[in-house]
Amino acid sequence: MSIKIALVGNPNTGKTTLFNALTGSNQYVGNWPGVTVEKKEGKIKWNKEVILTDLPGIYSLSPYTPEEIVARNYLVDEHPSAIINIVDGTNLERNLYLTTQLLDFGIPVVIAINFMDVVRKRGTKLNLKKIEKELGCRVVEISALKGDGIEEVAREAIAISTKKPFFKKDIFSHKTEQAIEKIEKIVSGGYIEERELRFISVKLLERDEEIVSHIDLSEKGKKEIEKIIKALEEEFDDDSEGIVISERYDYITSIVEKKVSGKDKISTSDKIDRIVTNRWLAIPIFALVMFSVYFIAIGTIGQWMTDFANETLFGEWIVPGAVSLLEGWGVSPWVVGLVADGIIGGVGSVLGFVPQMVILFLLLSLLEDCGYMSRIAFIMDRVFRRFGLSGKSFVPMLIASGCGVPGIMASRTIEQQNDRKITIMTTGFIPCSAKMPIVAFVAGEIFGGGIWGAVVATGAYFVGIGAVICSGIILKKFKAFWGHPAPFVMELPEYHVPAPKNVFKSTFDRAWSFIKRAGTVILLASILIWTFQNVSLDSTKSEVVMDVETGEAIHGVHAHEIYDEDGNVIDYEMANHDGPHFIKEGCTSKSVLQVLGEGLSIVFKPLGFGESWETSVATVLGLVAKEEVPGALGTMTEGRNLSSAADEFFAHSRLKGLSFLIFNLLCAPCFGAIGAIKNEMNSKRWTWLTLGYMTGLAYALSLMVYQFGRLVRYGSFGFFTVIAFILLAIFLYLLFKPAKFSIFGIFKKKKA
Amino acid sequence: MTLKDAKVGETVKVLKVTGEGPIKRRIMDLGITKGVEIYVRKVAPLGDPFELTVRGYELSLRKEDAKMIATEKIS
Repeated sequence: MSIKIALVGNPNTGKTTLFNALTGSNQYVGNWPGVTVEKKEGKIKWNKEVILTDLPGIYSLSPYTPEEIVARNYLVDEHPSAIINIVDGTNLERNLYLTTQLLDFGIPVVIAINFMDVVRKRGTKLNLKKIEKELGCRVVEISALKGDGIEEVAREAIAISTKKPFFKKDIFSHKTEQAIEKIEKIVSGGYIEERELRFISVKLLERDEEIVSHIDLSEKGKKEIEKIIKALEEEFDDDSEGIVISERYDYITSIVEKKVSGKDKISTSDKIDRIVTNRWLAIPIFALVMFSVYFIAIGTIGQWMTDFANETLFGEWIVPGAVSLLEGWGVSPWVVGLVADGIIGGVGSVLGFVPQMVILFLLLSLLEDCGYMSRIAFIMDRVFRRFGLSGKSFVPMLIASGCGVPGIMASRTIEQQNDRKITIMTTGFIPCSAKMPIVAFVAGEIFGGGIWGAVVATGAYFVGIGAVICSGIILKKFKAFWGHPAPFVMELPEYHVPAPKNVFKSTFDRAWSFIKRAGTVILLASILIWTFQNVSLDSTKSEVVMDVETGEAIHGVHAHEIYDEDGNVIDYEMANHDGPHFIKEGCTSKSVLQVLGEGLSIVFKPLGFGESWETSVATVLGLVAKEEVPGALGTMTEGRNLSSAADEFFAHSRLKGLSFLIFNLLCAPCFGAIGAIKNEMNSKRWTWLTLGYMTGLAYALSLMVYQFGRLVRYGSFGFFTVIAFILLAIFLYLLFKPAKFSIFGIFKKKKA
Repeated sequence: MTLKDAKVGETVKVLKVTGEGPIKRRIMDLGITKGVEIYVRKVAPLGDPFELTVRGYELSLRKEDAKMIATEKIS
């Protein structure tokens, strides 16, 4: 028979570190409150009978945050045999406040006090014996990081798992305890189990909406409970929820004896914070830190490594190596093409970013683990709150300016579910390093560089940031993002020297999930796009065709040679070929991609860049990797370079170029980022909504820019100018409409 | 006065947390209850949020939410 043990504790108390140490599994750990969003299970390394569940980090068991609901539902429904309550020794009061709530379940609890080394270093003495005696549960000192005491905690949890339920009934004042007892009497009997009684009664006293709506009570019972609550509230001049919380804290204060030896020392954290969050120095320091991160990861070391990977490793070794290997085996040319250009080329162009990513992830993990990321959120909160997000949304966007994939992944640290969703939906708007070639192409080739080129290049960032800001404002107004209003409360964890184990683990995990994505989503996408590029469904005549099954050129069979007077072959008559076939170089047959591009051209026509199918194709190719867009345009021209692309496809029209740039900056991101969105949203529906929103916004903005540009420049007015005005009106309406409303236009007053 | 009016470097005592629902609950869950002392450590470079010391740990709280905390000054 297996024993279920739950691991519960405040955010950022080393809970996941303890879980990893006990189970040996690789969960992601960060020095940022709220890293674990869902519960995770693992078996204890040395006792496979014991299943340990890592619950999300929580401060309380209120019904207001998804994490807290997950945790309490687990405790009620699964009823684990024991709870390991991990407690931050440097912050006993707030941590033990949660403990008092855990005791309401009657489940045996063992308290694991973490960070005792820090406590001692500060010269604080804690009377743990007293806490043990008062709360009636074992207290074990541990160091989750070093592994000290963790086995003892687990053994203790297993030992107490057979204990009978124990309810501690002297936490609250006499009057409150009496009220709880009265409520217990009203709800007891029926289907409520004995062991749930106290928890449910306390929650009913707090008027907990989740519990109230789930408990089947008679009208009479409800009235009686309300009477009990009212009487108590009058007695204490506070609402019942406030009374319960205050009394729990009062109880904890009475049992925690702290002896601070020596004077109140200024901790190292304080000293660092005096400089790092200083009024004048904070922002320059922050800018410098971020500049260094990018300078190292994108600008220098990371760039060298990525260049090496792209040009030498893939460009000179792997691709030519694979080609000669396959050719040596005598494989059909189309297989060589698929493997070398399609698979290795496509996946390689993404894998080439891995060195850059690893360095970026490493540096960011360092900042996260030492505690600086929380300070960034603290510094930037003011700015982000303006448009409905919090300082915590800033970090993902910052990272996304390097690459959207880790950026979107970093949104995991945002506690507020709605903020998290909006952050995921908008992070992709930030121009990442892979979008730079598109910017360079438009700024350099179409705008001809110089001052206007610089304006366009800088403008690209403003467009991205603007899209984030406007989206924040607009999305917050939709019903789907309402939810409970929550205060922005953030704990600023102590600075500590980053633990190499955590840093490497987090770097590896992030890099690995990036690579895994390249191996799956991007692999499939690359194969698909290569096939689309090289297969024709067309039944029109083509010069040289290959048989799909054999991959052999079949022009000799089907085509008729045309001879000159001397009997030399001067040309081939086009062969008729129905059905799918591979296209050989130099042929005029339309590829599936071209057909697709031509179809899409109609869609892009109002945006100004739909006259040539190549631009549509390049945009689609951007889904594999954004930096492919200008390259693809170049290779599709006669001159095979960018300036002829600017000439052929855009006729050097700045307006068309601008519209193309805006669309490509804001539309659905690359497959890598789409995969990250799907991971973080954990919902197909929300992934599609995100992609739809991004592409929709990109389309609307490009259309407006192009149509208004034409109106101003050439005075041309048409159907799409009207559409542009309508879109502008909708956009401004959504932006400035003050009240919250639902998508279906049912206007509702702002909930208090 | 409310916590919003407190100045950097001041220590205040909480008289009551006003308001209701999730915001009040969250503030109280974090240990801001009647009688507790709050030390205002600093204000973020852009003027908001506050950084506070409550029950021996550091917490950042927006001024907007600090309005809900009725306090009195203690020297």
